Amino acid sequence: MDYVMIGITALWLFLYGYLIVASIDFGAGFFAYYAKRTKKDHVINKLISRYLSPVWEVTNVFFVFFFVGLVGFFPDTAYYFGQTLLVPGSIAIVLLAIRGSFYAFENYGSKENPVYLFLYGATGLLIPASLSTALTISEGGFIQETENGVILMTKKLLTSPYSWSVVFLAIVSVLFISATFLTFYANRANDKQALALVRNYALFWSVPTIIASLTTFIALSQHNPRHYMNLIDLWWVFGLSIGFFSLAIWLIFQGKLYGIAFLCVMFQFFFAFFGYGAGHLPYLLEPYITIYDGATHESMGYALVIAFILGLFLLIPSLLLLMKMFLFDADYVKGKK
Amino acid sequence: MPELDSVVLSRMLTSLTLVFHIIFATIGVGVPLMVSIAEYIGIKKKDSHYILLARRWTRGFVITVAIGVVTGTAIGLQLSLLWPSFMQIAGNVISLPLFLETFAFFFEAIFLGAYLYTWDRFKKPIYHWLLSIPVVIGSGMSAVFITTVNAFMNAPQGFTLEGRTITTIDPIAAMLNPATPTKVAHVLTSSYFTSAAILAAIAAYSILRKKSNVYHRKALKLTVTLTLMFGILTAVAGDFSAKYLAENQPEKLAAAEWLFETEEGADLIMFGRLNESNEIVGGIRFPKLLSFLANGDFNSEVTGLDQFPESLTPPLWIHYMFDFMITIGMYGIGVSLLYILFMRLKKWNELNKPLLWLLVANGPLAMLGIEFGWIYAEVGRQPWILKGYMKVAEGATTSPNVGLMFLLFLALYTALGVTCVVVLRKMFRNNPVELELEHRYPNVTKKDDSKWTT
Ligand code: HDD
Ligand code: HEM
Ligand code: HEM
Repeated sequence: MDYVMIGITALWLFLYGYLIVASIDFGAGFFAYYAKRTKKDHVINKLISRYLSPVWEVTNVFFVFFFVGLVGFFPDTAYYFGQTLLVPGSIAIVLLAIRGSFYAFENYGSKENPVYLFLYGATGLLIPASLSTALTISEGGFIQETENGVILMTKKLLTSPYSWSVVFLAIVSVLFISATFLTFYANRANDKQALALVRNYALFWSVPTIIASLTTFIALSQHNPRHYMNLIDLWWVFGLSIGFFSLAIWLIFQGKLYGIAFLCVMFQFFFAFFGYGAGHLPYLLEPYITIYDGATHESMGYALVIAFILGLFLLIPSLLLLMKMFLFDADYVKGKK
Repeated sequence: MPELDSVVLSRMLTSLTLVFHIIFATIGVGVPLMVSIAEYIGIKKKDSHYILLARRWTRGFVITVAIGVVTGTAIGLQLSLLWPSFMQIAGNVISLPLFLETFAFFFEAIFLGAYLYTWDRFKKPIYHWLLSIPVVIGSGMSAVFITTVNAFMNAPQGFTLEGRTITTIDPIAAMLNPATPTKVAHVLTSSYFTSAAILAAIAAYSILRKKSNVYHRKALKLTVTLTLMFGILTAVAGDFSAKYLAENQPEKLAAAEWLFETEEGADLIMFGRLNESNEIVGGIRFPKLLSFLANGDFNSEVTGLDQFPESLTPPLWIHYMFDFMITIGMYGIGVSLLYILFMRLKKWNELNKPLLWLLVANGPLAMLGIEFGWIYAEVGRQPWILKGYMKVAEGATTSPNVGLMFLLFLALYTALGVTCVVVLRKMFRNNPVELELEHRYPNVTKKDDSKWTT
């Protein structure tokens, strides 16, 4: 594998990591708010905050890692995406900023402030929607090159069925991933009441998730036939994804092995995400940037890869330590520590 | 009035975000060290006051970290959104430290989470203290890496350019450019200095407000000592920065010092103003000091603005930024020295009101020092964004919506800043030290021990 392939694989892996941990976080925000509105907050909100409190900053770093790495490996993306995404990008930053800081205010500062909780819940759904725009644009067809530089065709973006199907998919996946994780976590905490509630959320959101996946597929076939045909060639990857999805739902429905069920959901998204990404190649942004002509110089590429490998030696043990302390420490999860 | 085109607006928005981010970044770099020192002293001396100090500082720190993180994410994305052409070129050469920085963030974030939630989890308290080390290292390293990026903009190297295409890259040379050592040293020491000064200001204010108790007095003694130590180190590092400038970016130093003609034995001029024919009126003149600051020799030659075409020199108002920064540094060293002297000389009371107020003022002043220092360093690089290679105007976005985004972010930062203050106040009001001491460490004597009575 050359450094370009290593680079894009590593970045995609981190984006996948962000997809999972951020979905848990975003969805949990929405559920916390929803539970409050329906007066069920006493059941799950403690549980949610026990998991989220120690890890929210780590979640954010996954995202920073991705965009810093993207510009590092593929500097051309800075030009094309930077130039066109000023408005949607800024909106996403503002939402992320509101979310991160108000989470801290709510959690460490003034407990139970309804405004903070609302902001925290609402941004949980709006952020995935706005971030997904970057993926939509990468399909091509929404950027125009003029003599004043590249510009985004905003109207076309806002009226495209493909773009809306991606937004819809992003939101429901967030809720689905989050609910399956919380089911696992509630079960570990041996919290029967919370378990019953979040298990219902998980089962409920599985339906729109699968519907949204299918509609996105169909919309993609209209918008970008090349990418669609690539995905068809990778049919077995998506087959695996659906297989894991079905297994997860079956386990949750049976009410057992919630940990395995969540792992299945992770695999479901892993295969779907990598299948989608593989079909997208060689383009990063159709038709302007491919991973080969947009890549940085070889010397920098190798420097980044080496830095990445050394970084992993630091990162993986630390992450394991964090998980051991907060995710797999039964006493902590149960609230005894 | 310059026209508000997308270049000017991009600069305004970048400045806005950085001026806001740097407040929280400085606290983010400095406070973990202070927390770590306090906890260590507490464990070694078996003194719960210091442990409580570390605990309460940390609690406030989480709030500021949150804002540091979100504004940092903002500037990280804005670099690409507002300076796409700059990042396209610079991204090729300087992405290594940016990338390494994210690992430093990771490291810090992971252990900060662990540190926060494990105060009472270990049988041996020293294990908990060990968790603070990676936080100190992580935040320090993120400052180091980002500062190398900024240093690179001042002294680009490590690549060859043919036309508009970069042909070879040496990532390590780009990172270890001539500006890096002095800049890194000065940024780190000034962050520690400022954080200590702010914590000292809080302690001094608490003593002024309430009747002073042992807890606050210990806090004050510790933080003022650290302020003095890091204040001196900051000044030393600043002196090295000036020597770097004299050698590599003489136009920045000359503009800051209003040195129009190259001369030997140049004077250092503080404040003052310029009349119509660019002559210096008023101000304080230190004979030959500029030569010493620049080269370590009172009679050496210092390059003046006459060596540069006017289109390539920065605006002259950065003189004031430089002077304010230095004045603040001297003030910070001065008041903390005064306090230490008063404390040593038993006859005098170091807790007298005027001195405490001077120490209170030192907190916000130090933060202003950081702002002035950065404005000096950044505006002093004008008109270059990448010195010698790319001008600011060539790097900016051409998007028509920057003005709107400026307003959006102005609103965001206002909201964040105000809420931050409100939350912090509420947090410490609702949980005063006395209550927490009694609650957590009921067996600590509340009466002053004799050493501390005044
Ligand atoms: C509280 C903060 C603080 C204090 C008291 C000082 N500085 Fe400073 N200074 C900074 C905070 C700072 C900074 C924010 O950290 C800067 C901005 C960019 C940089 O590299 O550091 C800076 C930049 C900076 C530069 C420009 C470096 C460059 O552009 O490459 C010089 C020459 C000095 N300083 C010199 C001094 C001297 C001689 C001081 C004597 C007391 C001093 N500073 C005190
Ligand atoms: C270490 C990382 C930094 C980088 C990479 C960086 C980068 C930039 C860039 C790209 C610009 C716009 C071009 C220009 O006007 O020169 C800029 C301007 C500016 N930056 Fe920095 N900067 C850094 C640190 C800071 C910090 C911490 C401050 C804090 C106060 C700061 C203050 C400013 C100001 C005031 C301007 C506006 C200059 C002007 O309007 O003339 N910078 N910086
Ligand atoms: C252009 C300049 C800068 C960029 C692009 C930048 C980028 C970032 C980013 C992306 C984060 C959030 C990381 C996370 O998610 O945890 C952050 C936070 C932080 N930044 Fe900046 N930064 C800049 C300037 C600076 C400077 C000059 C310093 C130090 C002197 C600094 C120190 C920090 C620290 C310590 C944090 C961690 C948050 C905290 O502990 O408060 N940054 N920065």
